[in-house]
Amino acid sequence: MIDVRNLSKTFLAPHEVRALHNINTSIEAAEVVVVIGPSGSGKSTFIRCLNHLETPDEGGHIYIDGKDVLDSKTDINKVRAEVGMVFQSFNLFPHKTVLENVTLAQRVVRKRPKAQAREKALALLNKVGIGDKASSYPDQLSGGQQQRVAIARALAMDPKVMLFDEPTSALDPEMIGEVLEAMKTLAKEGMTMVVVTHEMGFAREVADRVIFMDQGAIVEEGPPEHFFTTPDHERTKLFLSQIL
Amino acid sequence: MNPKVKKSNYDLFWKSTYFVIIVLSILVLWYATKEVEYVWRWYRVPQYFIADVEVNIRAEIEGEVARIERSEDTVRITVAGRNGEKETYPAPAGDVRVYEGDFIFPGDVLAAYEETRPGILLQGLWLTLKVSFIAIVFGILIGLLGGLARVSRNPCMRWLSITYIEFIRGSPLLVQIYLWYFVFGTIINNLLAEQGFSPISSLWYGVASLAIFAGAYVAEIVRAGIQSIHRGQTEAARSLGMNYIQSMTHVILPQAMRRILPPLAGQFISLIKDSSLLGIIAIRELTKATREVVTTSLQPYELWFVCAVLYLILTFSLSMFVQYLERRTLI
Repeated sequence: MIDVRNLSKTFLAPHEVRALHNINTSIEAAEVVVVIGPSGSGKSTFIRCLNHLETPDEGGHIYIDGKDVLDSKTDINKVRAEVGMVFQSFNLFPHKTVLENVTLAQRVVRKRPKAQAREKALALLNKVGIGDKASSYPDQLSGGQQQRVAIARALAMDPKVMLFDEPTSALDPEMIGEVLEAMKTLAKEGMTMVVVTHEMGFAREVADRVIFMDQGAIVEEGPPEHFFTTPDHERTKLFLSQIL
Repeated sequence: MNPKVKKSNYDLFWKSTYFVIIVLSILVLWYATKEVEYVWRWYRVPQYFIADVEVNIRAEIEGEVARIERSEDTVRITVAGRNGEKETYPAPAGDVRVYEGDFIFPGDVLAAYEETRPGILLQGLWLTLKVSFIAIVFGILIGLLGGLARVSRNPCMRWLSITYIEFIRGSPLLVQIYLWYFVFGTIINNLLAEQGFSPISSLWYGVASLAIFAGAYVAEIVRAGIQSIHRGQTEAARSLGMNYIQSMTHVILPQAMRRILPPLAGQFISLIKDSSLLGIIAIRELTKATREVVTTSLQPYELWFVCAVLYLILTFSLSMFVQYLERRTLI
């Protein structure tokens, strides 16, 4: 589904930082991959490279469904329509209602008729448990509700892959559960997911594979049982001892 | 003491002080003009807004008044020329100045009537309104394109926009008006004449200079508005597969618009006031019209105050309109 080859990323401004260093991994269809690591380890940069929100250094390749995301001949908008993304800070459109947030891209990108887009949006909003907020504006909702709208907005495009960039980090503790619940449902339905998170409980319960990153490189990856109980690397052990 | 009472006393005192200052200022001005023996004649101002003009109907040929036919409220005067030709002049009944059998020459007044027409100040006000309106419409278009080019990733577009903005903001509007009228205007009209077209009137060169001047400032306002929208909004729109134009029109510009409106209003109020410079290229807008009236009437005090108030009415209406738009775009 996703194939990452020799991915590196160097930030030039304000000063040169090597954010990613020669990443190689692949993600199968219906697989749930959780990326963890200390802050500054490059996990957000990694997930943002997957749909080309960051432009990596020359020489790397990312294939999604066989298409090279970084190739200038690839229509990146078509690729992005198949790749849903959920952001740490929700990034809902504040001038549009919840319903319009979920229908906008369906109408503009997928060219769906109004009624069909609306039906799809309402079904998804009900699925994430906020069908009754369809006519509200984003700033009238709690953080947890906003993030669930953001999930519905991404799902409305019928993506093949969902990327989650620290989806619960900006939430009050009592709202984290509702967002994780929506993500769990999605994972059970067989969605391919890449999740950057600090929620170790979620990783343990839902992930098929955990990737641990440090200083821009993948240190260790494996199934969660193995990863959380008998990690191979000292760095992983140190990290786990600090957070668990 | 009750703080509420205290507060209202405070308000009352300072509000009264405000009105006292305003009334005093007017009185001081009035006494000062008395001292220089100026005679205020406000009653002479309305004629410059609505004027009754005498319209004369004149004969075009030499001959004899053959017949005067009167009907209810019109009259038809027929003049027979020496060589047998006949001309008939219709006119409103009333002030007929000739009799049947009179011998007349070309240019003689046959009849006259009074017509109510907009006076020179009203005409000037209308022209100011027209010039400003067209310049604002084009200013918005130019500014929007300029602003989008300014934030574009394409270096050619970006540099063109920067060059335009810096050139326009770096030279006085007066000089730009001269450039449009004496340089570009002359060139364009000469080229048109060579191709057999009629020349473009100075009004349009005036409009062009104002629109292009305002466009540069609008472009900067648009740029600031776009850049004030959080990067996450673009990222969210693009991550859903929208292209640059789609994310601009559906996500970024609608949000930027709300922040752009107040500075935009200020810019267009400036534009209305700047249109007063167009008098120098023979466009008879409000200021030039006032100047002309002052030279003939010798009532500068009243007329310049009236002129200022007319501008105030225009600018205040615009700012009210923009405030209404702002309220409407609030959620």
